[in-house]
Amino acid sequence: MGFFVEVLISGLMAGVLYSLVALGFVLIFKASGVFNFAQGAMVLFAALTFVRLLDILKDTFAPIMLSLLITIVAMVLLAMAVERMVLRPLVNQPGISLFMATLGIAYFLDGFGQTIWGSDIYTLDIGIPKESIFILESVFEGGVLVASEDLIATVVAGLLVVTLAIFFQKTRIGRALRAVADDHQAAQSIGIPLNYIWVIVWTVAGLVALVAGVIWGSKLGVQFSLSLIALKALPVLILGGFESVLGAVIGGLIIGAGEKLSEIYLGPYVGGGIEYWFAYMLALGFLMFRPQGLFGEVHIDRV
Amino acid sequence: MFYREAGQFKTSYQSDQAVFPIFQDRVFIALWLLLAFVAVPLLANEYLFRAIFIPVIIMALAAIGLNLLVGYCGQVSLGTGAFMAVGAYAAYNFMIRADLNPLICFLLGGLSATCVGVLFGIPSLRIKGFYLAVATLALQFFTDWTFSRIDWFTNYTPSGSIAVQPVEVFGFAFDSPLKKYFLCLFVLVIFTVIAKNIVRGRIGRSWMATRDMDVAAEIIGIRPIYAKLSAFAVSSFYIGVAGALWAYIHLGSWEPLAFDINVSFSVLFMVIIGGLGSIVGGMLGAAFITLLPLLLNQLPVWLGFSMSTAMVSHLEFMIFGALIIFFLAVEPLGLARLWQLAKEKLRLWPFPH
Amino acid sequence: MKHSLLFKAGILSLMLFIYGCGQDSSTSSTESAGESNTAASSTSGEPVAIDENSHFVPVLSYRTGPYAPNGIGVANGFVDYLKVINARDGGINGVKIAFEECETGYSTARSIECYERLKTKGPTGATVFNPMSTGATFAITEKAPVDKVPLITMGYGRSESRNGSVFPWNFPIYGTYWTAADVLVNHVADINGGLDKLKDKKIVLVYHDSPFGKEPIPLLEKRAEMHGFNLIKIPVTHPGVEQKSAWITVRKEQPDYVFLWGWGVMNSTAIKEAAGVRYPREQMYGIWWAGSEPDVRPAGDAAKGYQAVSMISSGKTRVHDDIMSYLYDKGNGTGEVEYVGQVLYNVGMLNAALVVEAIRTAQGKYGDKPMTGEQVRWGIENLNITQEDIDALGLTGYMYPVQLACSDHEGKQAARLHRWNGNTWEYSTDWIQADNTLLDPMVQTQADAYAAEKGLQTQACES
Repeated sequence: MGFFVEVLISGLMAGVLYSLVALGFVLIFKASGVFNFAQGAMVLFAALTFVRLLDILKDTFAPIMLSLLITIVAMVLLAMAVERMVLRPLVNQPGISLFMATLGIAYFLDGFGQTIWGSDIYTLDIGIPKESIFILESVFEGGVLVASEDLIATVVAGLLVVTLAIFFQKTRIGRALRAVADDHQAAQSIGIPLNYIWVIVWTVAGLVALVAGVIWGSKLGVQFSLSLIALKALPVLILGGFESVLGAVIGGLIIGAGEKLSEIYLGPYVGGGIEYWFAYMLALGFLMFRPQGLFGEVHIDRV
Repeated sequence: MFYREAGQFKTSYQSDQAVFPIFQDRVFIALWLLLAFVAVPLLANEYLFRAIFIPVIIMALAAIGLNLLVGYCGQVSLGTGAFMAVGAYAAYNFMIRADLNPLICFLLGGLSATCVGVLFGIPSLRIKGFYLAVATLALQFFTDWTFSRIDWFTNYTPSGSIAVQPVEVFGFAFDSPLKKYFLCLFVLVIFTVIAKNIVRGRIGRSWMATRDMDVAAEIIGIRPIYAKLSAFAVSSFYIGVAGALWAYIHLGSWEPLAFDINVSFSVLFMVIIGGLGSIVGGMLGAAFITLLPLLLNQLPVWLGFSMSTAMVSHLEFMIFGALIIFFLAVEPLGLARLWQLAKEKLRLWPFPH
Repeated sequence: MKHSLLFKAGILSLMLFIYGCGQDSSTSSTESAGESNTAASSTSGEPVAIDENSHFVPVLSYRTGPYAPNGIGVANGFVDYLKVINARDGGINGVKIAFEECETGYSTARSIECYERLKTKGPTGATVFNPMSTGATFAITEKAPVDKVPLITMGYGRSESRNGSVFPWNFPIYGTYWTAADVLVNHVADINGGLDKLKDKKIVLVYHDSPFGKEPIPLLEKRAEMHGFNLIKIPVTHPGVEQKSAWITVRKEQPDYVFLWGWGVMNSTAIKEAAGVRYPREQMYGIWWAGSEPDVRPAGDAAKGYQAVSMISSGKTRVHDDIMSYLYDKGNGTGEVEYVGQVLYNVGMLNAALVVEAIRTAQGKYGDKPMTGEQVRWGIENLNITQEDIDALGLTGYMYPVQLACSDHEGKQAARLHRWNGNTWEYSTDWIQADNTLLDPMVQTQADAYAAEKGLQTQACES
């Protein structure tokens, strides 16, 4: 029983980490209807920028703060560039063209980031404790092992979601974002500047990517494979629904727990290594019952 | 001026329904065929065959297949690599277990891909758009896993990688690059003709109706289950055959990673850059996506820059990404559309209007 | 319009600024070992033109993509050694070595394109290929006999390819995965006081789910059957960034040993996860591709005490001094100077040294002129490197005597282990011999199966 709980908890925490990446997808899809495949590349770019600046600025008075600041500026610039050079020329194009364009962004960012910062592996250490701890020792014999960096990641993800929720619900810009998400034209006609909104959304997605990149990067070391983490976020995305922040979190928890439990309890019977596709199959199974994802919006087609 | 259909009267239904009703088009196609069947074999060297023409032709076949699904029927799929893998592994197993003629094995590989395609096409009846695209990734990762985990498929080789037998048809060995080139070219030409006729016919029209608006198509009497599943079936057949060719003719030895998600993406690239819903677009896209990285990679050498390979490779990524965005912005309908525009210009040339 | 232009200019200048920062960092900061390879890694300082009087050595490398952190070191070592041979010795017996790098990104399809592009370059075509990836090795193995180009696959590729009668063109010199796996089994047996003491022990193999990772399985299974230990296999899907379930299983099973058959980011992640589940690193053993600096540095202190099989460890000897004085001091080094002497750098160097010696051997028979692939094949097969040769080359301790034959394309079925002490790798054991009485029949069976499936005509080895 203790082992089951351990698997479950580690699955849930892995799920939270996936959610962090999935959140970026959701934000952009919600506000601009773009399925942004470059989110993984943005995670890599943000993490690379941060970790290399940390190295350059390590002799200054506040290296972490300064690098963070410059990285944020870089992500804002990136958002502006994307809006200017990708979204604006492609306005009113079908979704698939925009999707392809984000693949183009992904290629560009992968190349650009590595050109500037190099393609070696860089250790990112910002003082996140790495030790694992035992919890619930009174309940189960031997306790349940939890990695403390996962715990911190969970807290960060929770904070992020709350912040985003407040941002969307309570602030002026957040309300404008939601208006744009509901109907581009109507939003524009009441005077919400679309281009400006896009920049903001991509900036926020960039910041989410930075958070995900720092957490994943301190876990794995910063290098090219970070951009492949996007593939782990996709089942979360379709399970939770493209438009829902809450969906990304709940989807992450379901996918994380589902894949770990399946790997541990089903895997040995079929040779192991099933978690990668199991996550997708799980999401696919859910979709058969709810084609728009758990919290996605139902689209009604009119002829 | 050069491209005028004036004076070409269609006096029978037959001529009205011809694949290429315009004389100049027929000439043009004939020239292309002449180029492919005569000029290229005479002029190309081994490197061009092995590293450029053969992969481009096989990828063109895959791109045409995917275009049938994405471009004509509107179902976005990221499972191309998986269908190619199914085709390749099935062909291999038919070859070693049934000892059939390799060409038949390739076709059987395509048929196996068809079966898988129909099975994984079923979700498309409920799931739409990007949800479907991501859902097809389930198939991608599932096949990656299946072919590396179930040893039967790889004939119990310890490392799980496959080395193919020589391709021999009735005692005729396809061993030289030239023979391989002709084999692929024949397959491509035949499959292109079939594809062109499918999309002109009833099935193709039902696909297009489904693509444009599936609810409306259903109302005018097109059963989505037939339209969508037949698109999946035909498309995965093409892709499966392409996969078998890729494995047997191009790679010669492969591991599951050879058909990973990157293949899916690059074929999708080909389709969209080439032009959705266009047969010739698939070919143009395949050529473009295969050649561009090679050209970008060689460009500094030709220009005489001395640059580290890493730098070249990063630049290649950046330029590739930027070009894709540029193309989408300038010509979202793809290279095939550029070709059409050129024809329209030719019709009027040298007069501006 | 004006506004938009200004805006674009602003973005551009800021990007340039960031770019400048990056350039700065790669030249100024010297402390971190993992360095940017962009600024300083120009191509050869004094490139040798591919002309009538040069050997052409193609270099397949991957300085980008998921495996770049490992690929950069290997490529730098390989290229530096070729350069120093040109600069110090004026080539091999007066014939210079021309080379060209081709970036594969560790992709098999790109490797094939590189192979096709480079195989006919130079006055006599490519002398020898080093595919540098198991997937590419498998694919090129099919093409090499047709093109008559030999392959040196030092420490990777097909284990059965050491059989020269079925694989005349493949040379897995200094070790195959079966050798490495057997060395590990023998090592843990030694610790326990004999192979019979392995009974009922539990060994977990955590492997990269690819042909590379699966290579050792047949041997380990055979050993498990012979000695009654319990082998648990846990695959990790490429690229191996998420391994939680693997290590939860390890924690549950509490095996006596863990063998890590990983590559790239998978290794450091595995070591971190092992620390997370508090599995002792002293009981973890890696393959040689999981035993270099990029594999342990990101894990920090967690990696201390971890061991790996080693073809060659880190450190410097006379040839490194030559590389410094002939190349880096003159600004002609291939990469950052920090790489020199790292494990993978030395692996690349050793690999290049084998290439050079093979060409030298071939020249002994065919004369001092550019060699063809076929001639080099003869050179590799008749390679006989003695300790005196090694001392003369300045590679003492970084190359080992080896003699190949048609029946044995591997040359040496032994390896040492080295341990990461938190700063460097150092040898932790003496040479451990793999058991040839076990390996030989396995190689024979597998090679025969390959020949049968392909319908190959094999030539029995003379002698």
